[in-house]
Amino acid sequence: MSNSSNEELNSIVDKWKDVKGSLVMMLHAVQDKFGYVPRSAAMEISSRAKIPLAKIYEVLTFYHFFKLTAPAKHQIAVCTGTACYLKGSQELIKALETELGVSAGQTTADGRFSVTALRCLGCCVLAPVMTVNGKIHGHVKPADIPSILREISKGEEQNAQ
Amino acid sequence: MPNKISKKQTIPSKNDVNPAQNTEKLAQILQQFEQNYKKIDKRITICGDSGCLAQGSQKVYDAFKTELAKTGIGFCLEITPSCYENSLYLCKSGCQGFCAQGPLVNVEGTLYTKVRAEDVPEIIETTLRQGKPVERLLYVNPKTGKRCGGTKDIPFYQKQTRVLLADCGRLNPEDINEYIANGGYSALQKALNIGPEGVIAEMKASGLRGRGGGGFPTWLKWENTRKQPGGEKYMICNADEGDPGAYMDRSLLEGNPHAVIEGMIIAGLAIGAQKGIFYIRAEYPIAAQRVQKGIDACRKLGLLGENIFNSGFNYELEIRYGAGAFVCGEETALIASLEGSRGMPRPKPPFPSQSGLWGKPSAINNVETLANVPYIISKGGKWFAGFGTEKSPGTKVFAMTGKSKNSGLIEIALGMPVKDIVYEIGGGPLKGDKVKAVQTGGPSGGVISGENMEMPITYESLQQIGSIMGSGGFIVMDETDCMVDIAKFYLDFCVDESCGKCAPCRIGGYQMLQILKRITDGQGEAGDIDRLQTVATAMQKASLCGLGQTAPNPVMSTLRYFRHEYEEHINKKHCPTGRCAKLVGFEIIKTSCVGCGACKRACPAQCISGELRSPHSIDPNKCIKCGQCYAACKFNAVRRG
Amino acid sequence: MIKAIINGQQVEVARGTSILDAAKLTNVKIPVLCKHADLEATSACGICIVKVKGSAKMLRACSTLVEEGMEVITHDPEIVAVRRTVLELILSNHPKDCLVCARNQDCELQKLAADFGIRDEYFPSIVNSRQHKYDDSTKTIVIEGSKCILCGRCINVCQNHQNVWALSFLSRGINTKLSPAGEIELAESPCVKCGQCSNHCPVGALVEHDDTQKVWDGLRDADKYPVVQIAPAVRVAIGEAFGYPAGANLTKKLYAALKKLGFKAVFDTNFSADVTIMEEAGEFVKKLTSKPQELPLITSCCPAWVDFLEKYHGGMVDNFSTCKSPQEIMGVLSKTYFPAKEKLDPSKIFMVSIMPCTAKKYEISRGDDMFSSGYQDIDVSITTRELARMLKQAGIDFEKLEDAEADSILGHYTGAGTIFGATGGVMEAAVRTAYYMVTGNEMPSIELKEVRGLKGIKDAELDVAGSKIRIAVAHGLANVENIVNQVAEAKAAGKEPPYHFIEVMACEGGCVGGGGQPYGVTNELRKKRAAGLYEDDRQQKERCSHLNPQVQLIYKEFAETPNSEIAHKYFHNKYKKRSAYVK
Repeated sequence: MSNSSNEELNSIVDKWKDVKGSLVMMLHAVQDKFGYVPRSAAMEISSRAKIPLAKIYEVLTFYHFFKLTAPAKHQIAVCTGTACYLKGSQELIKALETELGVSAGQTTADGRFSVTALRCLGCCVLAPVMTVNGKIHGHVKPADIPSILREISKGEEQNAQ
Repeated sequence: MPNKISKKQTIPSKNDVNPAQNTEKLAQILQQFEQNYKKIDKRITICGDSGCLAQGSQKVYDAFKTELAKTGIGFCLEITPSCYENSLYLCKSGCQGFCAQGPLVNVEGTLYTKVRAEDVPEIIETTLRQGKPVERLLYVNPKTGKRCGGTKDIPFYQKQTRVLLADCGRLNPEDINEYIANGGYSALQKALNIGPEGVIAEMKASGLRGRGGGGFPTWLKWENTRKQPGGEKYMICNADEGDPGAYMDRSLLEGNPHAVIEGMIIAGLAIGAQKGIFYIRAEYPIAAQRVQKGIDACRKLGLLGENIFNSGFNYELEIRYGAGAFVCGEETALIASLEGSRGMPRPKPPFPSQSGLWGKPSAINNVETLANVPYIISKGGKWFAGFGTEKSPGTKVFAMTGKSKNSGLIEIALGMPVKDIVYEIGGGPLKGDKVKAVQTGGPSGGVISGENMEMPITYESLQQIGSIMGSGGFIVMDETDCMVDIAKFYLDFCVDESCGKCAPCRIGGYQMLQILKRITDGQGEAGDIDRLQTVATAMQKASLCGLGQTAPNPVMSTLRYFRHEYEEHINKKHCPTGRCAKLVGFEIIKTSCVGCGACKRACPAQCISGELRSPHSIDPNKCIKCGQCYAACKFNAVRRG
Repeated sequence: MIKAIINGQQVEVARGTSILDAAKLTNVKIPVLCKHADLEATSACGICIVKVKGSAKMLRACSTLVEEGMEVITHDPEIVAVRRTVLELILSNHPKDCLVCARNQDCELQKLAADFGIRDEYFPSIVNSRQHKYDDSTKTIVIEGSKCILCGRCINVCQNHQNVWALSFLSRGINTKLSPAGEIELAESPCVKCGQCSNHCPVGALVEHDDTQKVWDGLRDADKYPVVQIAPAVRVAIGEAFGYPAGANLTKKLYAALKKLGFKAVFDTNFSADVTIMEEAGEFVKKLTSKPQELPLITSCCPAWVDFLEKYHGGMVDNFSTCKSPQEIMGVLSKTYFPAKEKLDPSKIFMVSIMPCTAKKYEISRGDDMFSSGYQDIDVSITTRELARMLKQAGIDFEKLEDAEADSILGHYTGAGTIFGATGGVMEAAVRTAYYMVTGNEMPSIELKEVRGLKGIKDAELDVAGSKIRIAVAHGLANVENIVNQVAEAKAAGKEPPYHFIEVMACEGGCVGGGGQPYGVTNELRKKRAAGLYEDDRQQKERCSHLNPQVQLIYKEFAETPNSEIAHKYFHNKYKKRSAYVK
């Protein structure tokens, strides 16, 4: 971990360490910064805030919001709330699997795409809903998947130029 | 950094809280706001709820800003003394309810639906300049074919009793002044005047029951917490909304955060707490931001902090995030989470009112429950009890989703027949003319089948038919929805969300899910229904917390009303709805097929043949029923059944 | 006292009594699985459910306290049916390889299945639906994840009672697993190998690494000269495996049994405990009189405690007594003094230790100092549980054995040596000798009652020749924190330490409650085992280590004086600060 991120981490821990029961908040702040909770950060929290590492991992692995590995470049998430399920979110996951070769919860080998099954986003009227890097796509059909993926690639190329 | 209560303060006992003094400040704000607001000529309220935002309402809002600037019409984005005379007020509100028709734009009572940024110049020209409605953006009543000018003409709104949602879709959620000008925080004043006992008495008169699912009388929860000895108590708002397919709490927090904050302050006063905590789902960042902004504004005005209204009442609020664990909706699990641990429930008793956060008496209420509090205190318990039924008084917000024509956030007086909600507010099923069932209570609930559609919706009636009120999920299902599949969906959710502590829930849920997977995969066996029932009983009786005790409900409820569907899956290896892919066949409709080859490419079994641009066909003997062709076809040419 | 009705019968119990305990008054033993009599209820399994009037769900008897006027039914056909289903669910997630399990016939789940007459698999097995952890990295404690029923006992012990935090529950729901923090092995975690997890596990998910085959191999090897030592706490616990009451002192039967197993010489760790006291008391007296700034002296004969302090309070390793544990001193003597005296080839000596402890398996190779004889001083260390199995394999009828004596050369012990096995015992033994070393007189009253018993932290102030000596005794690692912090604070502030001499045993009750002892430990059992040792102490002619004639002989013939150069070479060792996690 670089010095600057170490300093950021320290300031997060120092902000919360004396607040009772703030481990979850600390981990949120760390994940906000790094996109996930690296083991080195968990160890730093453990020693600075005097929380056993085992306790930190118990919490990290209990809550599905926390991630232990670096996120993919493009994060695709399919809402699997009830309304989306009824309107075919499973088919979206299957279509993504066909296109990307990874199932929900996995990242492509090149680290470009991750697919996650999300709990209800509360946009039920747009069901089925999918998010690409946080942006919500509503009323998605499996047949739309290839073009959505093409758009991401196109954006990537444009950025590269 | 959450403010910590200074140690010096004396903890007020119930006699220490005095009537509110120094209330002129609120009156001043009210007066000032009205003075400022007088200058406003017209108000454009754009729905800024997540649903409309996802449909592009931000772009509409931005278009208004740029287009208005171009036209030179004076406008303001918030109400301040610097607003020009006769200017427009461009306001972003919370959820206006009719989400399926979003983005929604309300111009002085005229409701425009499905507004795009491109429509903005026309709205400005026609409505603002010429004072005429833009007809094409008005909602068309499907029954009469007539365009509706405002919400009062729209059937979706007509049968509703919008109390909480009225303000939610009207006020600027980020403007405390507007909230105050609309009577906000006067309930707090009144609460201080009538004291904790007075508040609890008013709540008792209202008969408000917990809106999070359990339906426990709110006043009783407060009373139980209040009467516990000790000075350190906690008020907790459960905003970790987890029911998949329900978003009332998010919308209320985003749309009218001050109502919930005021509810939290009054509740804290009632139970004798010095601190209140919002436990907000991490997936709801906008809600958290709005609440934080609200808390900050309150602190600035002295509505939070020490010696509120000179009454001797000290109270602070802070926000904590959930992190993606449905079980944290269970009170003891939520407390464990707030203490920085895994969200594992513990046995009750002792109840949180006896031993809650940090072992101190704590009351936990859901967002909607708390949002009702200021209204009840302001207008009186009797007013609230005037809605609904004797045992289920008041109004209730539901998130109506699924296969109804209209979907969105609705609020009805309890006791309304289910069919009125489905057919009048919901406009009936999306396809066909019959709603198969309505699911309430989410993963802990059950179905209301066709035969029970006449039933008035109350806590008791839902329980009687094997469902629960739940937090407000209201999922409409049509003839294409398979009841075994939906039971599997909910169980899958509960298995994923089980904390894993107790064996009945952890293993029982998983075993039930395996059975349902077998059934929907065509591997169902004779004793499977008995097996489901045996596990369900063990889970209901022996699970540690509500999640495990209620997880079998969706299965038991669908078994009760749709047993024949289970039997057809098991005995005939057939899914009557065609939903269970392995129990159906696929066939290409020659007349619809354009021969694009998409299905052929998608088929992993290579059982589709056909030349390009001529109709394809599936070899049923080789088909593995994966459904890939069905998903790949853009022309609805693959039939499933 | 509060009144309640259980199964129609009125009972009166103290406030705070669980339904589980209250039911015993009506002669009902409610079946339990996750609840261990020694531990707080975790409310996990759902077997002990009962009906309580007014509650729709069934409540857990283990964690529901009796309330005034409560009406409870502990068994009816419906309750039994639900219990049965819960049990069948648990069994569906548990391997059925009982015949090849370390806990076969000694398994709480197996017993329940037998009691409920489970005859078929009503639910298909789901054990293989997930990957499970198998971890033998410590060669001390083995984790067999597939067998874990998630009762939470080990976690409670490891985290709350021992404050070690090596074990944790990761993930959730059906994927919940017992693991150290992250994708690491137990040997890479802060595990101190105390073995309390294995001692409290109801099934075979956590067991001691079995070394009995190594012992059989050594006994079979004609080239070897197998010798053995038994630790103090073993003699008062092994009987539990053969139907004796807890605390029965079976020292002489054990000697006989070990000889029958084929050991050519049987030694007693009590003897080397006496040597430890000579060294440690000497070390203490030296520091007290000439280097008081180096105090407190902290005992180091418990390897789990040594591991703990090195990992968690590395700054304090200099306060450790450098004296080796009795196991190791016996080890080195058995490969130096003993063969020299008996004219044996030391390389042929095969030294086995019988310990109440799993961490002793770790201690025998924890550093170069454990090879000071020129060979590994102890070849194999096995636990009380392992020895019991070996005796059964050999078919030795324990009850009918005639008493035998230890091989006198390293077998004669004093009362001071025997009380090592109970918390406070090392301190008491050390004080008896330190007093003599300082004053030249025997203590007027040698029984130091203040440091006996099961209170987590015990302290006392002693008057030794006019100077006040403050001592403290802690057992159960969670009780150490407070003492260590007090010392660290005083040290940092340059103040006089709160204590001069501190004894710590990792396990609650000391070695009598060790991780390698027979299952089912409770405070009642710990007391009985300790009582057996204190009785043994009273029976001894000599009750102070310095009075042990064999010990005196050792110094005369081998080690010169306590803390001499040669004593340091063989009887002392070093410690180092380490990080709790390897990765």
